[in-house]
Amino acid sequence: MDILPILSTLRRHKLTSWLLILEIALTCAIVCNAVFLIGQRLQRMDMPSGVAEHELLQIQVADVMTPSNPYARLAEDIAVLRQVPGVQSVASSNQVPFGNSSSNANIRLDPAQQERTLNATTYFGENLSQTLGTRLVSGRDLQPDDFVDVEAALKALGTGDSKSLPHVTLITQALAERLWPGQNPLGRIIYLTPVVGLRVVGVLDSLARPNAYDTAQAQYTTVMPLRMGADKDLSYLIRTRPEDRANVLAAALAALKKADPQRVVTIKRSFDDVRQKFFQDDRAMAGMLVGVIVALLIVTALGIVGLASFWVAQRRRMIGVRRALGATRANILHYFQTENFLLATIGIALGMVLAYGINLFLMLHYELPRLPAVYFPVGAIVLWLIGQVAVLGPAMRAAAVPPVVATRSV
Amino acid sequence: MFSYYLDLALRSLRRNKALTALMVLAIALGIGASMTTLTVLHVLSGDPLPGRSAQLYYPQIDPQDIKGMQPDKEPPDQVTLIDGMNLLHAKRADRQALMSGGSVPIQPLQSSLDPFYVETRYTTADFFPMFGTPFLYGHGWNAADDEAKARDVVIAKSLNDKLFAGADSVGRTLRMAGASFRVVGVLDSWQPNPHFYDLNTGSYAYAEQVFLPFQTMLDLHLSRNGSNDCWGNGGGGSGSILPSDDCVWLQFWVQLDSAAKAAAYREFLVHYSQEQKVLGRFQRAPNVRLRNVMQWLRYQMVVPDDVRLQTGLAFGFLLVCLVNTVGLMLAKFMRRAAELGVRRALGASRRALFTQLLVESGVIGLFGGIGGLLLALFGLWLVRQRPSAYAALAHLDISMLFTTFVLALCATLLAGLLPAWRACQIAPALQLKSN
Repeated sequence: MDILPILSTLRRHKLTSWLLILEIALTCAIVCNAVFLIGQRLQRMDMPSGVAEHELLQIQVADVMTPSNPYARLAEDIAVLRQVPGVQSVASSNQVPFGNSSSNANIRLDPAQQERTLNATTYFGENLSQTLGTRLVSGRDLQPDDFVDVEAALKALGTGDSKSLPHVTLITQALAERLWPGQNPLGRIIYLTPVVGLRVVGVLDSLARPNAYDTAQAQYTTVMPLRMGADKDLSYLIRTRPEDRANVLAAALAALKKADPQRVVTIKRSFDDVRQKFFQDDRAMAGMLVGVIVALLIVTALGIVGLASFWVAQRRRMIGVRRALGATRANILHYFQTENFLLATIGIALGMVLAYGINLFLMLHYELPRLPAVYFPVGAIVLWLIGQVAVLGPAMRAAAVPPVVATRSV
Repeated sequence: MFSYYLDLALRSLRRNKALTALMVLAIALGIGASMTTLTVLHVLSGDPLPGRSAQLYYPQIDPQDIKGMQPDKEPPDQVTLIDGMNLLHAKRADRQALMSGGSVPIQPLQSSLDPFYVETRYTTADFFPMFGTPFLYGHGWNAADDEAKARDVVIAKSLNDKLFAGADSVGRTLRMAGASFRVVGVLDSWQPNPHFYDLNTGSYAYAEQVFLPFQTMLDLHLSRNGSNDCWGNGGGGSGSILPSDDCVWLQFWVQLDSAAKAAAYREFLVHYSQEQKVLGRFQRAPNVRLRNVMQWLRYQMVVPDDVRLQTGLAFGFLLVCLVNTVGLMLAKFMRRAAELGVRRALGASRRALFTQLLVESGVIGLFGGIGGLLLALFGLWLVRQRPSAYAALAHLDISMLFTTFVLALCATLLAGLLPAWRACQIAPALQLKSN
């Protein structure tokens, strides 16, 4: 196909051509960035938690009156829950991955250090690794004699009484790699305060933070041997088989209620619900982005249909003359297809530059990574396809113009 | 003349229905999307207490130890118990309140109701007059009740409806966390958005059901919600143990009725910090901030990033829709070159033609605006189905309704300018001759 005649025709319709090019460029730029954003969100929603997600239940109960001995109360509750048929393991925990509500600590590698090295989350509670299903990659798990009571530890913080403070901790692989890149973390010490130094005794494969907003820091996690008493902020975590979850949850709640009818259940859910709730905004955002992309492509396609139809109508005589001079229907069809391809190509080229610019802006304001180059050819192919599909109808109508039109005056 | 142009416009639009529909649809989609997101942004970045917020300030001071100090670092977002009490008792502002969030179990007297937990605010007395909370029955407590650790409670309308069937419950007894309280006031529906005075609870659509004197909470060891930030050997507190003196965990608000008073209060905060440093409590040089409500909300960046991103995206979409409309309108106007040529030859001035064409694009804008409004209402309905806390707030108000039409009309008139101008450049003779 000879493109020179097409270019010379387009030169006579400069304004309209440029508008079409501009529309394609804007669409291309927005679609590239929107698809990239969707990818980011989907990737975030896939964030690993490190726990046996489909086998876990979370229950929080609150007493109306603070029990006189919260530790005894906790032991009773755990015993009650262990009796429930289908329960494989029960843990108490101050928090759960993706649970939002979190306890965190500033970590230093040297007690005299001015700035913290980083901020990590602190899990505590009993029987956690076994119930959550976290995998130990090296070292050992926490032992019963590592544990101290959390209230005693809090008091000891002020007095400096080191006997009541915890001395060991588990950390995740990601945290170990961040603190001591390429070295063996076992036996090393992290400091939470100038007096609280914890020796790393075990490394966990993975355990996400409750507040995993930032992917890079999502695995900065420690597990400490602190024993808590029954409290409204304490969770009971139950491990069971996936198919038993609903039954076990109902039975566990009934058992807890039976032990003390006066208390209030504030949280009862499966870990699937926890994940679903934590990432709900990301899911909504991804959905909205898909909607915008579809709407944009439709509007652009309809715009191309409209303009192409107008051009075809305007050039009926010209088409008739060409047909009368021997051009085949295929020639006419190809003419309009090539014309659209040319305009789309210029639009896409401009769109790429614009997409890159928008990405730079987003990187500056929303902490997004750089747009990977793979999005450019994908965006180009999508827009070429849309353009060709949109122009097909008007081009076929053009091809159907009979040669006799040339002899008629309008 | 206008009605004649309007008639011409309608005729012309009717002649090519598909093209007209396409243009109206494009405008409507663009307007609908941008108005939906703009309304959400408008609602979320709104003033929680119009008329009062400019006089309400959130003092920040820096009690942290010397470790990690940097000259231009912001002080903590909350205050310690000691500083909160000191500032409260100094009474240097027109009004002041020290507060914290929490939750308490209600034990209804009716046997038909199980005990339940409600969101609670522990605060000192000025909270009510300072924030202008509307009372349905009764009133708040006073500073003497604060000091006496009074067992007084103010409850929200919804809780009053639930427990007392909406009756005037002032003077009645309410059992909470094993203690008896006397209802002194019932608030009418009150929910400032964002929940500016304590953003730890979540910024939107959060309302406390129960308000208790702050010192009563300390006395009864009631449970607190919120964030503790500690330094040195500070411990965040757990169960009945309060956060230590090296932790900030309380919000302190003041009312300052004039700019001069605000400046004086700032001076006072610097002074207070110096004094505490001399006493050895503070280690850092005075580092104070005094932001009013809107400044505080901006500093805390309460509006979610996603909402801004969506608004930007929607306006990008509107831009594409407009470019699309400009192209289609240009095509349409140019196609009528002959008709315009005849009108020019018959004596119509360029200006008259230009006006006629602009009226036509205005009509498209009007229809696009109506369509956009319907789409925006639908879009906001969709937003309300979302699970986000702020979703329920997404409603169109009068000002946004007005904005929708202004935006639609301006956008289409702007889009019509170029095609109309281009069409008016046609030489009449040429058009008459060729056809």
